[in-house]
Amino acid sequence: MAKRLVPIKPVYGLGAVSAALILLLTLGTLAAVVTRAEGVSALRPADWAALRFTLWQAFLSASLSVLLAVPVARALARRQFFGRSALVTLLGAPFILPVIVAVLGLLAVFGRSGILSTMLGWVGLPPVHIYGLHGVVLAHVFFNIPLATRLILQGWLAIPAERFRLAASLGFDNADIQRVLEWPMLRAVVPGIFMVIFLLCMTSFAVVLALGGGPKATTLELAIYQAFRFDFDLGKAALLAVIQFGLCAVVAVIAWRVATPAGMGAGLDRTVERWDTSNPVLRAQDFTVLVFAKLFLLTPLVVIFLKGAGAVWTLPDVVWWSAFRSVLVALGSAALAISLALSLALLAVKLGQKRTAGFVEGFGYLTIAASPLVVGTGLFIMIFPFARPSDLALPVTAIVNAAMSLPFALRALSPALRDIENDFGRLADSLGLSGWSRMRLLILPRMRRPLGFAAGLAAALSMGDLGVIALFADPESATLPLQMFRLMTAYRMGDAAGAALVLLALSLCLFWVFDRGGRVDADT
Amino acid sequence: MLTLERLEIVQDDFCLTADLSVPTGARVAVIGPSGAGKSTLLAAIAGFLKPGSGKILWDGVDLADLPPGERPLSLLFQDNNLFPHLSAAENVGLGLRSDLRLSSSQKEAVSNTLERVGLKGFGNRKPAALSGGQIARVALARMILRQKPLVLLDEPFGALGPALKGEMLTLLADLLDETGATLLMVSHDPDDAVRISSQTILVAEGIAHPPIDTATLFANPPDALKRYLG
Repeated sequence: MAKRLVPIKPVYGLGAVSAALILLLTLGTLAAVVTRAEGVSALRPADWAALRFTLWQAFLSASLSVLLAVPVARALARRQFFGRSALVTLLGAPFILPVIVAVLGLLAVFGRSGILSTMLGWVGLPPVHIYGLHGVVLAHVFFNIPLATRLILQGWLAIPAERFRLAASLGFDNADIQRVLEWPMLRAVVPGIFMVIFLLCMTSFAVVLALGGGPKATTLELAIYQAFRFDFDLGKAALLAVIQFGLCAVVAVIAWRVATPAGMGAGLDRTVERWDTSNPVLRAQDFTVLVFAKLFLLTPLVVIFLKGAGAVWTLPDVVWWSAFRSVLVALGSAALAISLALSLALLAVKLGQKRTAGFVEGFGYLTIAASPLVVGTGLFIMIFPFARPSDLALPVTAIVNAAMSLPFALRALSPALRDIENDFGRLADSLGLSGWSRMRLLILPRMRRPLGFAAGLAAALSMGDLGVIALFADPESATLPLQMFRLMTAYRMGDAAGAALVLLALSLCLFWVFDRGGRVDADT
Repeated sequence: MLTLERLEIVQDDFCLTADLSVPTGARVAVIGPSGAGKSTLLAAIAGFLKPGSGKILWDGVDLADLPPGERPLSLLFQDNNLFPHLSAAENVGLGLRSDLRLSSSQKEAVSNTLERVGLKGFGNRKPAALSGGQIARVALARMILRQKPLVLLDEPFGALGPALKGEMLTLLADLLDETGATLLMVSHDPDDAVRISSQTILVAEGIAHPPIDTATLFANPPDALKRYLG
């Protein structure tokens, strides 16, 4: 095999530094935690219960999300209607929707004094209970139905149109098509999607913090937080962190082996022409499914808007200060996530050979297995001897958020960088364009779109994150999601809704500004 | 003088050997069936592929340790010769300084060269706003400014219509008259070979044959060339 002559320039050393930093953040923090762990004998019944609950709620959430997403995806795949593309876009929104905002919206709809309970009261039924398993699963399903729908829709649209034409020419009816075309597709894509959602639900923290808790509804992630925050039992937190990391790593590997659903999915704005779905029963079915999906996804957000709009103007100063801190954290986190992702991607592309490049990129995906609270706990243990962790709450939050956004950023940047090197790498080499010049004149201008998208995503994810900050922060250094959560636990629901609206607006704004910034005047 | 000394290029199960030299100032066509390794040969000379064995020399100096940007040659590809996000003037300016920090005299040189290739006033346009022929002219302008003694062309006019291609070959011939550079041009069109080059390298069946007089070659083609010409 002929090798490239172009030598590895020092700029790619940054990639190595990034890889080392990620190792420190994932395995390093885990090691720090392990040095504090006390051994398996310390696992008490409550911890076993947390382990069981973690797996059980993740299983229920993933199963329900996928089951409910299939009919929605099917309806979107075979119906063209006004507002379809808006709905598909909306399905991408939960990705940047702050978890705590959605939780507040779900409480307003499904909570004890929410819309649903009130309506049940009219017909003499008792109110629903949202706290505990129900609530956790409900919120997870709310977040993951859109994700599952988009991924399954991709599967549907990946069935070549010719197959449907062939099926129509052979006189297949709807049941035949389901058997011959649709079931095989679902069998191929659903297991991977199930595992991804399972993993997301296992590491979910804010939902369980707000809606779970108590002996019956505590996950490992929440147990780590409680051991750390309330009992200040580092050994216990460490032990739980090790279990959580091991579990996540196993699930991540299974998810990766089973199938990796492809990325963010461009090109969902078409339908496949069908000849078997014009019967009125199927039409009514799709219509109903879509109406319920829209009601389920939109009502909580509309309620937040209605309740919050009035409260925004009377929000206490402390909320605005926390919003300011959150924006700073989000910007710092986005900058770091992009630097890490870009330097890793550069190194991977430069190394070229499949195996080494995959290895380098693998570092970026390591953070999927690391739960933010495990990383946070590890960083706390590392920082503790040198400084008061609450003094460093915001930088640590920005760093952990960046690590968590890294897989998504890498996924957006890596293919783009590969394309640039394929199309223009030789031209740049032949002109001696290297190092910083190559970055400034070739890579950055040609990567504006994916850079903007990835930065927007990282900023929005960090803006809405309620995870590691809950471990560290004292009242003076709270971010907006944490401040909002405090308002909720103090039952100041009006102010909480106002804060939620501000948080939602800022998250969407950050995403929009970056994503838009990458598109304006881009010559790509 | 370009010398390929017992050069052997190995790529997976493909192998090409060359043992030949091209005198300074010569204009040589490289022809042969597709997949024979014409572009691979140029890529090796340009420094994108490391040869399995043998040497590539320019005026007796081994090029092995020079990265592509430092070799005494300019290379034009089949496509993607310009960066689409940079203006015509910036694309040309890269030939002078790869970090594009040009002095005012260098900027003037850029606009003079653009004028020389018939693109006066087009400097601010980006490639998307240029025609195929104009894009080729910008690439030629950069080639002139780089002032490298060896020019490698990998079918850069392949996508142009016959009239436009003829125009480009004429412009190229004029430019080579001015600079005295040595030319190696890959083409799958025998007419190109006749038109611009006095000598031709035939690449076929794993061998890049030494250049011979183009007219002689076509008057009495060897079997491999006969099969290619059909």
